[in-house]
Amino acid sequence: MSQAPHIVKSFSQELQLLHDLMAEMGGLVESQLALATEAIVNRDPELATRAVQQDPAVDALERQVEQLVIRMLALRQPMASDLRQIVSALKITAALERIGDYAKNVAKRSIVLGQSPLPFSLTGLATMARLAQESLHLVIDAVGETDPDKAVQVWQSDQVIDDLYNSIFRELITYMMEDARSITACTHLLFIAKNLERIGDHATNIAETVYYAATGTVLTDERPRGGDVSAHAAGPRQESGA
Amino acid sequence: MATMQSGLQARSEQALGAPRVAIRNLDFFYGANQALKRISLDVPERQVTAMIGPSGCGKSTLLRVLNRMYDLYPGQRAAGEVTMDGQNIIGRDVDLNDLRSRVGMVFQKPTPFPMSIHDNIAFGVRLHERLGRAEMDERVEWSLTRAAIWTEVKDRLHSSAASLSGGQQQRLCIARTIAVRPEVILLDEPTSALDPISTLKVEELIDELKQDFTIAIVTHNMQQAARCADQVAFFYLGELVEVAPAAELFTAPKQKRTQEYITGRFG
Repeated sequence: MSQAPHIVKSFSQELQLLHDLMAEMGGLVESQLALATEAIVNRDPELATRAVQQDPAVDALERQVEQLVIRMLALRQPMASDLRQIVSALKITAALERIGDYAKNVAKRSIVLGQSPLPFSLTGLATMARLAQESLHLVIDAVGETDPDKAVQVWQSDQVIDDLYNSIFRELITYMMEDARSITACTHLLFIAKNLERIGDHATNIAETVYYAATGTVLTDERPRGGDVSAHAAGPRQESGA
Repeated sequence: MATMQSGLQARSEQALGAPRVAIRNLDFFYGANQALKRISLDVPERQVTAMIGPSGCGKSTLLRVLNRMYDLYPGQRAAGEVTMDGQNIIGRDVDLNDLRSRVGMVFQKPTPFPMSIHDNIAFGVRLHERLGRAEMDERVEWSLTRAAIWTEVKDRLHSSAASLSGGQQQRLCIARTIAVRPEVILLDEPTSALDPISTLKVEELIDELKQDFTIAIVTHNMQQAARCADQVAFFYLGELVEVAPAAELFTAPKQKRTQEYITGRFG
């Protein structure tokens, strides 16, 4: 939804600056997640360190957007689509910052993992990481173009990540039951999977925000949801207890 | 707190009351020039309806139709239906004095009469009612109190209205309008000549007055419309483009022209 420029040029310039800051932040978070993913798959601590080092820059951008948004609300008193865009920027950058944190956490855990033997394949986790990356990439596009269709696409695709998380969760529990020595590594992998799943959720939140900013209406339909692994947390014996 | 909450609720639930004035297919002409084109709009009872739009869009014209101000000028003509209490007020058999006592108007610039504060209020009342001295004093106090200016003028009711500040004069004019106890109050840019604090006082007053009166306000100040109005109507080139509850129109307008106008991308 491209708009005519604002009559007041400096307002248009501020909107453009806001757009650019978010694009920059999106790009940084995307590369953070890409580095973290590669760090797990290739067991490369150097990439992981780079992902961790990018975090302060992401945080700084979030603060910059926050200050710009407050300034614009106070000085421009935006209305309609401008108001929605500006308020959305605040929510979107908060979500991006969280995604950056999760990526950092994944990277840190990959460093620890690199030091222990892994007697099983990481294919499932790698797939999950790739899907999270795709979601993030698409939603950052949706933000940049204020594209409600791409937002809906992201919103609908999160289910796959959730399903994959559930199956990885079960798989890791099996490994831990088979061999207690794998518990440390598997616990790290479990957290990594959880972080990737949360990244998917935040991408979905961003998608909802973009949709509202673009259309002025809220995505209300209940998103399709599968089984929830938190039900498995107490272990398979729970059924006899109930 | 309870009233504030219910007020907020009324605004957020977008529940607009029954129409006090129902405008249907209204056309208006200045000579051969058509200034309003087939306007249909409900002005809900005891709510504030704001009319916004660029200069020349017809919003003030519509206000002038509602109390037939245009009748003062030859060559101006309205067609269609404006129903109030079951009567078409733009029809031929309407008693204009009676109509104007039911539909009061406040203008852009304060227009106090060159007489005392007390007599500014009493003047209009005397045209419609015969009140004894005590009753008249009571009415004057009531009007000035309702217009939130009583405490500022109660000790100098007999000094000239010209001695008041612009903001006070405007509230005096509002007091004069409500003194005849109208049903509808029309406000034509009532704060455009006032400083920000006086403006806020008038806006607070509008909020108070809507408990008893139906209010239609024309304003160029979009933030003012956003602050005061329950319902906002956007006019452009004599057409009513969009009408919606304020919270809806200013956050997610449906029409592209409304969107462009309120975000400052017009033209």
